[in-house]
Amino acid sequence: MSADFVISALVTIVGVSTPILLAATGELVVEKAGVLNLGVEGMMLIGAVTAFAVTLSTFNPWLGVACAAAAGLGSSLLFGLLVLWLGSNQVATGLALAIFGIGLSSLVGTSYVGMIIPRFTSIFPDALARDPFWRVVFGYSPLVYFALATIFGVGWLLKRTRPGLVLRAVGENDLSAHSIGYPVLPIRLAAVAFGGAMSGIAGSYFSMVITPLWAEQMTAGRGWIALALVVFGGWRAARLLSGAYFFGILMTLELYAKASGFSLLPSQFWAAMPYLAAVAVLAVISSREGRGGEAPACLGRPFLPNG
Amino acid sequence: MRIRFEKRPEPSRTMQLLTPIASVLLTMLLGIAIFDLLDFDGPRAVKEIFLTPILASYKWQDVAAKAAPLILIALGLSLANQAKVWNIGAEGQYITGALAGAAVAFATSGASGSWVVVLMLLAGVAGGAAWAAIPALLKVRFKVNEVLSTLMLVYVALQLLSYLITGPWKDPNGHNFPQTAPFTAAQQLPRLLPGTPIPPGLAIAIVLTLVFWGVAKKSIYGFEVRAIGAAPDAARYGGFDLARTTWSTLLISGGMAGLAGILEAASQLGQINLGFPSGYGFTAIIVSFLGRLHPVGVFVAGIVLAVTYVGGQVAQTVVHVPNATGGIFQALMLFLILASDILVRYRIRFARGGGADPEAVR
Amino acid sequence: MGCGGRPLAPKLAQGLLHAGTRTCVAQRCPENSNQMTAADPARLQLTGITKRFPAVLANDRVDLSVRPGEIHALLGENGAGKSTLVKMIYGIVEPDAGQMSWDGAPVRIQGARAARKLGIGMVFQHFSLFEALTVLENIALGLDRHLGPRELEAAIRAVLAKYGLKLDPHRVVSTLSVGERQRIEIVRALLLDPRLLIMDEPTSVLTPQEVEQLFETLRKLAAGGCSILYISHKLHEIVALCETATILRAGRVVATCDPRRNNPRSMAEMMIGASLKEVSKAAAGVPGPVKFALRGLAVPKRGDFGVALTGVSFEVRAGEILGIAGVAGNGQNELLDALSGEIRAADASAVVLDGRAIGTDGPSARRALGLCAVPEERLGHAAVPEFSLTDNAVLTARDRMGFVRRGVIDAAKARAYAAGVIETFQVRTPGPSASGGSLSGGNLQKFIMGREILQRPAVLVVSQPTWGVDAGAAAAIHQAIVDLAASGSAVVVISQDLDELLTLGDRLAVINLGRLSPAHPVGEMTIEQIGLLMGGVHGDPEATVQMTEALHAHPI
Repeated sequence: MSADFVISALVTIVGVSTPILLAATGELVVEKAGVLNLGVEGMMLIGAVTAFAVTLSTFNPWLGVACAAAAGLGSSLLFGLLVLWLGSNQVATGLALAIFGIGLSSLVGTSYVGMIIPRFTSIFPDALARDPFWRVVFGYSPLVYFALATIFGVGWLLKRTRPGLVLRAVGENDLSAHSIGYPVLPIRLAAVAFGGAMSGIAGSYFSMVITPLWAEQMTAGRGWIALALVVFGGWRAARLLSGAYFFGILMTLELYAKASGFSLLPSQFWAAMPYLAAVAVLAVISSREGRGGEAPACLGRPFLPNG
Repeated sequence: MRIRFEKRPEPSRTMQLLTPIASVLLTMLLGIAIFDLLDFDGPRAVKEIFLTPILASYKWQDVAAKAAPLILIALGLSLANQAKVWNIGAEGQYITGALAGAAVAFATSGASGSWVVVLMLLAGVAGGAAWAAIPALLKVRFKVNEVLSTLMLVYVALQLLSYLITGPWKDPNGHNFPQTAPFTAAQQLPRLLPGTPIPPGLAIAIVLTLVFWGVAKKSIYGFEVRAIGAAPDAARYGGFDLARTTWSTLLISGGMAGLAGILEAASQLGQINLGFPSGYGFTAIIVSFLGRLHPVGVFVAGIVLAVTYVGGQVAQTVVHVPNATGGIFQALMLFLILASDILVRYRIRFARGGGADPEAVR
Repeated sequence: MGCGGRPLAPKLAQGLLHAGTRTCVAQRCPENSNQMTAADPARLQLTGITKRFPAVLANDRVDLSVRPGEIHALLGENGAGKSTLVKMIYGIVEPDAGQMSWDGAPVRIQGARAARKLGIGMVFQHFSLFEALTVLENIALGLDRHLGPRELEAAIRAVLAKYGLKLDPHRVVSTLSVGERQRIEIVRALLLDPRLLIMDEPTSVLTPQEVEQLFETLRKLAAGGCSILYISHKLHEIVALCETATILRAGRVVATCDPRRNNPRSMAEMMIGASLKEVSKAAAGVPGPVKFALRGLAVPKRGDFGVALTGVSFEVRAGEILGIAGVAGNGQNELLDALSGEIRAADASAVVLDGRAIGTDGPSARRALGLCAVPEERLGHAAVPEFSLTDNAVLTARDRMGFVRRGVIDAAKARAYAAGVIETFQVRTPGPSASGGSLSGGNLQKFIMGREILQRPAVLVVSQPTWGVDAGAAAAIHQAIVDLAASGSAVVVISQDLDELLTLGDRLAVINLGRLSPAHPVGEMTIEQIGLLMGGVHGDPEATVQMTEALHAHPI
């Protein structure tokens, strides 16, 4: 195994882990506040098509990412309104958002099929970004560094700051938080909005970094893996980060298996591997800690201050 | 003036009936708006999608053919949803049911007699149920959330399908296309029941709708499912077993999805190829909510969604609307039915400002 | 305000009689002894406060006046409107009409934060705590100003020292007893340096020793100038602690007087209304054979926040009522679930009914053998709120009363049964099709008790039979329990209301930390003894000794 192979593998792993890390970070905040948003896949696709369209017409990738975040945020607000103020079933509404996002992105994206934009690559100088060794550190798209900064930021925020404490309180016992005087619904909406923005950015990674073009359903189910990742990480930032790279390794194995024609096991096995692994890991995690991990006590339940 | 929600003493029957109808109508209106925004002929498109399949009698067969799998799957899903068991992976169970039935077909290749098809159907049910048994076991033994596990298994089922039809089951006379050999005459069901415009799938759906209705209304099992969904602690107190219900609802919904799968393969398509997964498993979720989890409602809702499927194809040719719009309409209907759900349990009151709202804390 | 002639509310009568050296104040009611000098503005003044909800007029032109440093009782039965009134003082609810003034100046309190800014602190009956977080984090969340963790800890320890309370700031709340959790709420309120402290039914979760400690804390506070508004329906506590009492009934103030000088009998009448019947209990006859017994029942902890049961044993005879006392959170729910069959024992012989080992049987099997149970939580456990009363009858009575044949429900039979329950127990509801959630607490509890009692169980186990229930329904339920025992059934009543158990029970046992004390006849136990069995002052052995002595000297 040559050094170059190792470097290439690491670069790929970091690359494919990033979108699920981005989406899972957002969903972590949402679930810590007590809300379950299953619409991640749909919001990611909305982000992907928005990023592509904006970048295509403005040639400004930063604007593309920003608009993807806004689009994801906007779609999550629809979910938030239904679930928080009208108390609609969170599982079904999240699914509706996913289906909606898949359909809407396909519709909007029809005119973009077949077009190409420049890849959103590293902003570091070529000497570092392309260097055979240093590319492991400097060769990534800005979104990768953003993802890492965000997960560390969120972890610190939740554990050590007052706003983080309040968010956790709202997710643990919304009635108590309400009695003390905290605005439960606006706090939850803010969390949902953050999750939407992060999912949008995660989607933009697909259409701007992985393959700089648009295709229907190009996120290929990674949104669902991001959801499993939050559970897998026990709703804790550090475990979530390592879990993201674990899935990244599995997805990289799939790529290498397909590329090298590794015919011992069919390519479909490797394609199914991340999902099988997710299921297996969920079984181990959920059973081990009694209540299925340290899930926030109010997760998925509507806020009913008057019973 | 503020809008307040006041809890009704009893859930409103009228609203339960009205809201699905209103949701569909509102979706139509929103559809016109969306299409106009995207420079399509809005009213024409919506007419083709919603009305043409109902009015044009030559389209009824298509609607019936599409409604059958939706209704079958949604009947099972409604049962599970009543128990608050969320089977999101019906699409995967649909696929494995078809694969199991196909396996029987290939194993009995050359045999004839009606028992072949019956065996295939039974295998379809078993295949779908077996695929649903995995999340059931995971939930009961390992407390894994069935939303995630059923969903993950859909992707695994897709890969299984892809592997089988590009590998061991590839049609030797198929010019290397990823598809199975076509089913023989003995292994197929007629497209329509002889002398009627009804596909066999729909006939089975009608019968099963009545069965599910009877069970839900009168049987102690239906009561058990409802109790567990409404108040699991009370259900346990009443002597019902949560684990058993998780198993039974998942197996039944998986079996129904599998049945839909093999029926579709054996009666409509005649073989299985990569295009087989048509998303019925996901659309059925919408059907089940639109039908308010009630067997008869599900039957009607299945027809409504089948209409939009067929209408969508019409609109594609006539108004050149892309196929993806079908999904948007379905999602809109689901959003609206979920949003209007609150009207069933709460009444809208317009309150004059002056702080009668206990939730306002500053 | 006549005195004499009318029977006292049963629990009060028994409570007063049983407490041995309790002083029975039987004087005529003098005039109101509250003298307010014109120079002292009231700390808090309410005039004509009114609040209406869709179904009920919760407060009707209420006048209330609290002086600085006064301990003022707000007295009334469940449903009288005390909680609503106090929520308006704390700013969570706004009144529809009337004025409030603070230290003489008119004021509108909008929100809990505004109330706290004025110096109003409140300790709720249902705590606003976060079980997964530590004491320190919980207090931090309840504070409006932002203190760093070290500052906050120092402030907390200062308050604890000042009032002689014990609490570890770094414990996770889920590991604390209910009494300790209340201490968190109290410390939270004390950190405000309050000028008015509202206590909403604080003693329902405390042992007698903890009650004594609470009263000492409150007296210290009042001596320092803080006013205290003390909400309760327990007359003997009011008499021991408070200088003034405002009595509410059905949303209206019916009297304001000095509890130390007034006839508790008349206060009770005003609080409850005269329409109360005394529970008639036949003299204790010869008890029948042992019907129901637990032998060393052990149940592991359920989840992170549960309590394990260890070595629980008792016996109940036919015709006998066994009371199980204890403060919340000591395993009562686990015990009831273990008795009803929702939790199965590892060993079948741990639970014995008429000589049969049923420990591994589920609820349906136990019902078939004649064991019926009523859990504490009405909505969501004993009954399904969305289901009709008929369906709720099917829930538990279907096997004993034969509603199901070959898998099909006989709807007419179930409906008839539900109608029978409604009539026999005078449940106020439109009919059997009404949903469980549409009934008031008292009526739903009557229906649930009736549903089980009309199944003629050989053994009835019930937890918190009259919690949150109005006095009329409570009396009816007590009478029903007594009648059932008189007809030969064995009854087990688990309750946090000591007065209730002393009224109803023949024998009494105490549950603490998942262990059950031996049972003794009710007349043979003193309050201090029962309190010690309940755990004394949780987390504070010295205070336990102190308070036990104090109780012995002048019992509450």
